[in-house]
Amino acid sequence: MPGLEDLYREIILDHYRSPRNKGELAVPPAHKVEGFNPLCGDEVVLYLEVNADGVVEDLKINGQGCSISQASTSMMSAAVKGKPVAEARKLIRAFKALMSIHESKLDGESDGSDLAADLEGVKLGDLEALQGVVKFPVRIKCATLAWNTLSQGLDESEEPVISA
Amino acid sequence: MSVDVERIKKDFPIFEREVHGKRLVYLDSAASSQKPAVVLDAMDGVYRDHYANVHRGVYTIAEEATQAYEGARAKVAKFVGAPSSSEIVFTRNATESINLVAYSWARANLKAGDPIVLTQLEHHANVVPWHILAAERGVELRWIPLTADYRLDLSHLDELLDGAKLLAFSAMSNVLGTITDVAPLTQAAHAAGAKVLVDACQWVPHEPTDVKEWGADFVAFSAHKMLGPTGIGALWAPAELLDAMPPFMGGGDMIRDVRLDGFTPNDLPWKFEAGTPAFVEGVGFGAAVDYLEAIGMDNVRAHERAVTTYALDALHDRFGDRLTIYGPADIDVRGSAISFAFEGIHAHDVSQVLDEDGICVRAGHHCAKPLMRLLGISATSRASFYLYNDTDDADALVDGLTHVEQFFAL
Repeated sequence: MPGLEDLYREIILDHYRSPRNKGELAVPPAHKVEGFNPLCGDEVVLYLEVNADGVVEDLKINGQGCSISQASTSMMSAAVKGKPVAEARKLIRAFKALMSIHESKLDGESDGSDLAADLEGVKLGDLEALQGVVKFPVRIKCATLAWNTLSQGLDESEEPVISA
Repeated sequence: MSVDVERIKKDFPIFEREVHGKRLVYLDSAASSQKPAVVLDAMDGVYRDHYANVHRGVYTIAEEATQAYEGARAKVAKFVGAPSSSEIVFTRNATESINLVAYSWARANLKAGDPIVLTQLEHHANVVPWHILAAERGVELRWIPLTADYRLDLSHLDELLDGAKLLAFSAMSNVLGTITDVAPLTQAAHAAGAKVLVDACQWVPHEPTDVKEWGADFVAFSAHKMLGPTGIGALWAPAELLDAMPPFMGGGDMIRDVRLDGFTPNDLPWKFEAGTPAFVEGVGFGAAVDYLEAIGMDNVRAHERAVTTYALDALHDRFGDRLTIYGPADIDVRGSAISFAFEGIHAHDVSQVLDEDGICVRAGHHCAKPLMRLLGISATSRASFYLYNDTDDADALVDGLTHVEQFFAL
């Protein structure tokens, strides 16, 4: 039976207590995107600044919610900041795979939809601490909120260089 | 007679189980209550020995099923003080009861600009049907605000009711526990020419109910919060009002005659019960009412007051100002739902850690987002007590919350 320590790893509590990249950016040039979990009221606000080279040059986070949603947002910001958009998208896919959500399967694509394929060539680092969430199915949506919001934000950022 | 919780717990099979190796401490009855064996047995008995569709067959078991279902309706009618069982319309739940009023009565009687008065502590079930009507019909929604001590602020009631066609409010808040004084509000609304709908979903399970004494026009409640099964609830309204209303849903059972050029609706209450009803659940509802009546609703109320007072005191003694309680402090104006929050610890995390101790509390917005916005919060934890809870359960909650504080200590 999964215990609390599987869910609340120290690194997660650290990000919850001291969120990285907390704040706001001027809109524009930054793009603001909000994500809500209608069932529990978790809220994630992202400010994304994607430069002409297609790199997430700056990113700030805001919002409120449980430790898992807010820690995941903080960890996401640390992982994505300074990365090319294409890499950020790979990370989104890999993180969701970690949460047992396989995008490629949902999209009806052909082979390569297993965890190994989704994770291939992606270093999750600290994010792996969130893997314990999978054992608590109702909390998966808390962990993925930031990533779905990021995905929406990248789609909405009308940068010509967004191509994987 | 006081409530013997030790004996009562034995009536509920679920309390035989454990969660994470701990005894089950169920403090989420405001969301849904547990079921005594007599309710489960009553439903099982219908399925095993008396099952056939109701209101149709002339054979023995169909007659038995019909009698059991209509007998349950008579029990529910008596339980809430309805003058006749023909005034108890079985629905899926209180939500459907409110929607029935919104779709049938309101659409037949309200026009653009007609004011509907609601309160800021309503459950979404008593908000969204009126938003839908407002979007469709252009009715005006007005809101009774709250006071600083979580009660209805009635200082501008006359203005709010001026010209109003309907006042719809909860008799007991599912978030704050606040009890609304139904009779005087009803009198004020009637004096202003408005009809009155009472969302009694949180009230009926916990308090003696007399719909005639309230004097309201519509009263909605659900079986599953009062020891009965899911899938069945009720709407009470006086026969003359129900008679004047158009049907809600069309289909079998709700008709007296159907022709190529139209139909004639059935008598009350079946006029509002289209399709095969949840009659097995109806029988379960009747058994739940029998169980509550055997204990006595005065006793249920007295017991809950005692346990809730104990829990409020224990929470305050242990946590002081570190724990905010959202709801009236005065036990005379509150039910057994206690919403609370720790500074810096989210309700989901509270609930998750309590679960480790076998304690079930609700976390979230409790389907009352306008109220949560008003309070300036996104979520609370809520512990709600019922007749099968005792001070040991309150102690378990307080100890569990100490674990929560320790776990998330900054």
